[in-house]
Amino acid sequence: MNQLISTSPLSLPSRAPVAATEATVSTFGHDPWWLILGKVVAVFVFLVLITLFLIWAERRIVARMQQRLGPNRTGPFGLGQGLADGIKLALKEEIIPAMADKPVYFIAPIVATIPAFLAFAVIPVGGVVSIFGHVTALQVTDLPVAVLFILACSSFGVYGIVLGGWASGSTYPLLGALRSAAQVISYEVSLALALVPIFLYAGSLSTSEIVAAQNRFWFVFLVPSFVIYMVSAVGETNRAPFDLPEAEGELVGGFHTEYSSLKFALFFLAEYINMTTVSAVATTLFLGGWHAPFLLSRVPVLNSGWFGLVWFTLKLLTVLFGFIWLRGTLPRLRYDQFMRLGWKLLIPASLVWLLLVAAMRTLVVEDVNLRRNLVPVGIVFVVLLLLVSFWPSSKKPDRDGEGEDGHPEIAVGNRAFPVPVLPGEQTDPTLAPREVTRA
Amino acid sequence: MEKTAVGSLSQLTVGVGAGDMATADMVLNIGPQHPATHGVLRIALTLDGERIVRAQPIIGYMHRGAEKLFEARDYRQILVLANRHDWLSAFSNELGVAMAVERMLGLEVPARAIWARTLLAELNRVLNHLMFLGAYPLEMGAITPIFYAFTEREVLQAVMEEISGGRVHYMFNRIGGLKEDLPAGWLDRVDDAIAAVRRRLPDFDRLIRGNEIFQARTRGVGVLAAETVLAYGASGPVARASGVDFDLRRDEPYLAYAELDVPVVTRSDGDCYARFEVLLDQVAASLGLAGTCAQRLRDLPPGPINVRLPKIVKAPEGETYTWTENPLGINGYYLVSRGERTPWRLKLRTASFSNIQVLGELLPGCLVPDMVAILGSMFFVVGDIDK
Repeated sequence: MNQLISTSPLSLPSRAPVAATEATVSTFGHDPWWLILGKVVAVFVFLVLITLFLIWAERRIVARMQQRLGPNRTGPFGLGQGLADGIKLALKEEIIPAMADKPVYFIAPIVATIPAFLAFAVIPVGGVVSIFGHVTALQVTDLPVAVLFILACSSFGVYGIVLGGWASGSTYPLLGALRSAAQVISYEVSLALALVPIFLYAGSLSTSEIVAAQNRFWFVFLVPSFVIYMVSAVGETNRAPFDLPEAEGELVGGFHTEYSSLKFALFFLAEYINMTTVSAVATTLFLGGWHAPFLLSRVPVLNSGWFGLVWFTLKLLTVLFGFIWLRGTLPRLRYDQFMRLGWKLLIPASLVWLLLVAAMRTLVVEDVNLRRNLVPVGIVFVVLLLLVSFWPSSKKPDRDGEGEDGHPEIAVGNRAFPVPVLPGEQTDPTLAPREVTRA
Repeated sequence: MEKTAVGSLSQLTVGVGAGDMATADMVLNIGPQHPATHGVLRIALTLDGERIVRAQPIIGYMHRGAEKLFEARDYRQILVLANRHDWLSAFSNELGVAMAVERMLGLEVPARAIWARTLLAELNRVLNHLMFLGAYPLEMGAITPIFYAFTEREVLQAVMEEISGGRVHYMFNRIGGLKEDLPAGWLDRVDDAIAAVRRRLPDFDRLIRGNEIFQARTRGVGVLAAETVLAYGASGPVARASGVDFDLRRDEPYLAYAELDVPVVTRSDGDCYARFEVLLDQVAASLGLAGTCAQRLRDLPPGPINVRLPKIVKAPEGETYTWTENPLGINGYYLVSRGERTPWRLKLRTASFSNIQVLGELLPGCLVPDMVAILGSMFFVVGDIDK
């Protein structure tokens, strides 16, 4: 039994022994005001810089994938392109549609941007260090429910998109906003469910403690969770191939069609920071946070303090590269296919996986003889998996659910409202609804 | 509130804060300025949610009065106008007019000119198809394939540019043949270009054809029945994807096609994926034809490439109808002459105009994203619709 516990990653002790450089929730709350301010400013600058870098990197990498050069004129390697574009964008003329609901139209980009920044406050970017004699963790703050805070921030940011699309008073943004609302409701669920196994293993929702729990094994070994999280994260951030709310070929610009100048820039900024945040969360929860990778973590110097910042950034950029790679490779899914992926595949899969992980944890904690109990369970699981994958109906592409709702065309009489046809009433397709005058 | 010019379609501008909860179908104007219409086509969609209840293509934003202008230009000048309506198949467009006039004049075009025309028409077809093969995935959100398509186009455009000086509007046809003889060594460069494109063509299979998302977006979407194709007079790759096995190059050969074994690429599904596949396979087939033409040109004895004509060309009184298998479908010219320097009437029948008519049948019942998939797979050029 003891041998089993020490070899199987699934039987990790629920709370790894915390080294001196690891932070816990109790590490926070003792910083002087100037240190807190410094951290906040540092996080803000870090995010803005990484956005500028990302814009450049995305264009260069996608260009490389497309046999082009990409921006290479502004500054060394074209690195100044992001900044130049940002300044140009801010100086552009602002056009506000006449039909816009002005207060909401103004607030929406702000609502989208602020939570994007806020979420990063609980991301640990390094271990415990000493700054001017103060021993502190490289993280603005931590909460016992830090991951919930991140999830809350990311769902709140969507209000910006929905409100912005709605307040523009135009058709394309409205469709984009509706898509965005549906998308977030669907993908938030699988995103959160994918994280629950982590909580089971780390025994905490605090980001610093989750990182501390990964000092021996990264939680990426929970592969299904990681995959579900990454797919949901792409959906959550409206990135290709799930960029339906701003699908260019269909909705022109989606929710931000009617936005220009600095307000558009804010949406743009929010999208890139959201991308950074979900990547940072992936790094923190799955890829060992700021811990050094592989055998390097055995070297104490490399696995502590400021070095953590380097590892964290490297891992973050690796995950971000995945986002860019996706964009350069894949076409966009159709809206209903995307919803089906979320509801019919990701959510059930994460529920089943969660059940499995919970069962395993219980078995380990209750100290049941694993080998004898798990083999039958494994066989049943494999049989189920085979059944599901070879089930005949799952192979036939189900066309946009037309059979389910039928969706009959509503016959419109000579009235303002589409109502069912009355007995004896003649339906004439050329008869359109009477004009509804709106003040 | 704004009443559109679209007959009975009343448009409800979506506003906010009106407090009136009346539900009405939303009218969404796709275009005239929209990324999916590559040009200025406009489609008034009546939507219920994202589902299309009614679709009405509204054309004419790019009407340039080409047919009327034909009546005021002499036969040589008409070529310049005629090659512009479908800017992706300029050479094939010139060809139709030249052939019509030559038939009226009873001109015998030299063999070298016939083979060179066939070669150039096939190269033009590949150029045209490559453009759509790149642009179609782009509309579906795959931003990379278009650059691969343009790389291939560049190779072929280089050889076209070498002889004609033009990259889009070649103006290499003349009444009675071609403008000039082919430069020395040009045929070798054509062979190299064909080989290069052929070598890299499998990239498209790997990039797009096999992509699951692409297939999910296109398979079973926008199914066009063969009866609809015939009823609306759709032609070209769009018709052949629905199983209408009709290709003028084989069924009523012109130029040198009678001596060539023209492979006609068909599919029976009639969906967007089938249309895409027809286009993709047609590229390979056309490259093969072009290669054969180049070989035949090499074997031909030296001779003239055009016919010397008087300064003023007057077609004798009469009428004729010429049709060619353009890259996008059947392109027809009905030429009526009263013995003047200019035609009395030159009616243009373009492929895109007929193909786009089926949208009214195809779109209702689809979702907005399907609309983009269908629109892209109809392979139209707005200039070719509006003329």
